[in-house]
Amino acid sequence: MGDSLRLYWRYVLVSIRGQMQYRASFLMLSAAMFFGSSLEFLAIWVMFDRFGALQGWSLAEAALLYGLVNVAFALAEGAARGFDEFSPLVRTGQFDRLLLRPRSTALQVAGREVQMVRIGRLLQGLVILVWAATALGVAWTPGRILFCLATVAGGACLFAGLFVLQATFCFWSTESLEVFNTVTYGGVETAQYPFSLYRAEFRRFFTYVIPLATVTYYPALAILDKPDPLGSSRLLQHLAPLLGVAFLLVALQVWRFGERRYRSTGS
Amino acid sequence: MRPYAAILSARIRTLLQYRAAALAGLVTQLFWGAVRVMVFTAFYRSSTATPPMSLPDTISYLWLIQALLLLLPFRVDPELQAMMRDGSIAYELARPTDLYWLWYARAIAQRFAPALLRAVPLLLIAWAFLGLQLPASPGAALAFAISLGGALLLSSALSTLMVISMLWTISGDGFSRAFSIVIMFLSGSFVPLPLFPEWSQPLLQALPFRGVMDTPFRLYVGHLPPEEVLLGLAHQLLWTGLFVLVGRALLARGVTRLVVQGG
Repeated sequence: MGDSLRLYWRYVLVSIRGQMQYRASFLMLSAAMFFGSSLEFLAIWVMFDRFGALQGWSLAEAALLYGLVNVAFALAEGAARGFDEFSPLVRTGQFDRLLLRPRSTALQVAGREVQMVRIGRLLQGLVILVWAATALGVAWTPGRILFCLATVAGGACLFAGLFVLQATFCFWSTESLEVFNTVTYGGVETAQYPFSLYRAEFRRFFTYVIPLATVTYYPALAILDKPDPLGSSRLLQHLAPLLGVAFLLVALQVWRFGERRYRSTGS
Repeated sequence: MRPYAAILSARIRTLLQYRAAALAGLVTQLFWGAVRVMVFTAFYRSSTATPPMSLPDTISYLWLIQALLLLLPFRVDPELQAMMRDGSIAYELARPTDLYWLWYARAIAQRFAPALLRAVPLLLIAWAFLGLQLPASPGAALAFAISLGGALLLSSALSTLMVISMLWTISGDGFSRAFSIVIMFLSGSFVPLPLFPEWSQPLLQALPFRGVMDTPFRLYVGHLPPEEVLLGLAHQLLWTGLFVLVGRALLARGVTRLVVQGG
């Protein structure tokens, strides 16, 4: 395990060094990402400026949701990008090479490319998160800060799990399924707002099938000490981010299952 | 005129082949639209003040955004981008046609065909099940159609400008990405422009970007009376003309300093 982590770290360093060869391009893309995400948040500000509040949530409270989900997604996208770009490996048969190496394929795929330009989105999410933290007037006890970090970690695991599942489907379909974008990018969009406003079937899907609400909405309620119109208990809200980790572990099992059924395209 | 019309129709026919991709995109856009409709409905229900546009109108506006998102100058023509990378752009220069109008015709096709493929099924589904209203009146429908034509011309001029900018920044993905997001924001694709703060309205009205989304959509829902289409069209064409002039000037300069690598 420790050995694998060291190897992953090596992959990360090599990838970063490679991308830093194109420094100007890296800086411009990161800046563009930071700027683009900022405009998305400005759109949320426009809505709050016009309507005042959203089902009892203020802008600062909504900003906490925004920060939590965007930081988590940026971390997952940076670390598990290899899964997002997996279909060419299967189509060209390059995946066979990975199978020959004496390390787990999930580790090798994850480490193929660590996208540094995601740092633009990550920084922007952090800025919003810090702003929300100061604007909220919540007492930031060490316990609360720790819980906040755990929530982000749970969210990052969930999104990483989704990328793994998306890649796993390539073992059967060769092509990457675009429908997954609705739960990855679309999931980020969805989780930026309190889940209580969505229709029941929609909410259930994002709680029980893909536990997105459990790594954003429920822990945010606990952090903000807000009552839940859906009636969850504080204890559940505190345990909820663990489901994100569980989701990743299940996704990795599905990956192993898919890998055993992999047949090379032979090209 | 003939060669450009031929290029336009050939490109449109090529791009209409990508039906599977359009179907996959349709599911994504429907999901996205459903989320946005729920969020906006919740915002409307949370406020006691009367917003400048009614909720049913806003819902129709949101579905029109989802349907016609591809009309935006969102990404640079990938074939032209590849040509600039590998140097086969030299062939484009050798053609006995005007390079600007050649690229402009391509840009129109690049905007029109994918938008058409997505808009028709999406609007039908949104109208049947998801709260999209019909145009406010027959006059509004006509005004909407005319205004969409203006939007297509304006959007294509903007995207041609983005293609030309690549003569300077081959790896200028960062610039064109940031520029497209600005256009999305200021055209009303994130939040309908009537909902922006009152103090920003004069600025939003003067800027060119409302012409690619907001103007036709407001005519559709009846937020603008149908006769406003003429003013809207004048605004769209004025800015289109300006972007064409700037684009041609930049292209003329870009071509003289162009160095094609390799052979």
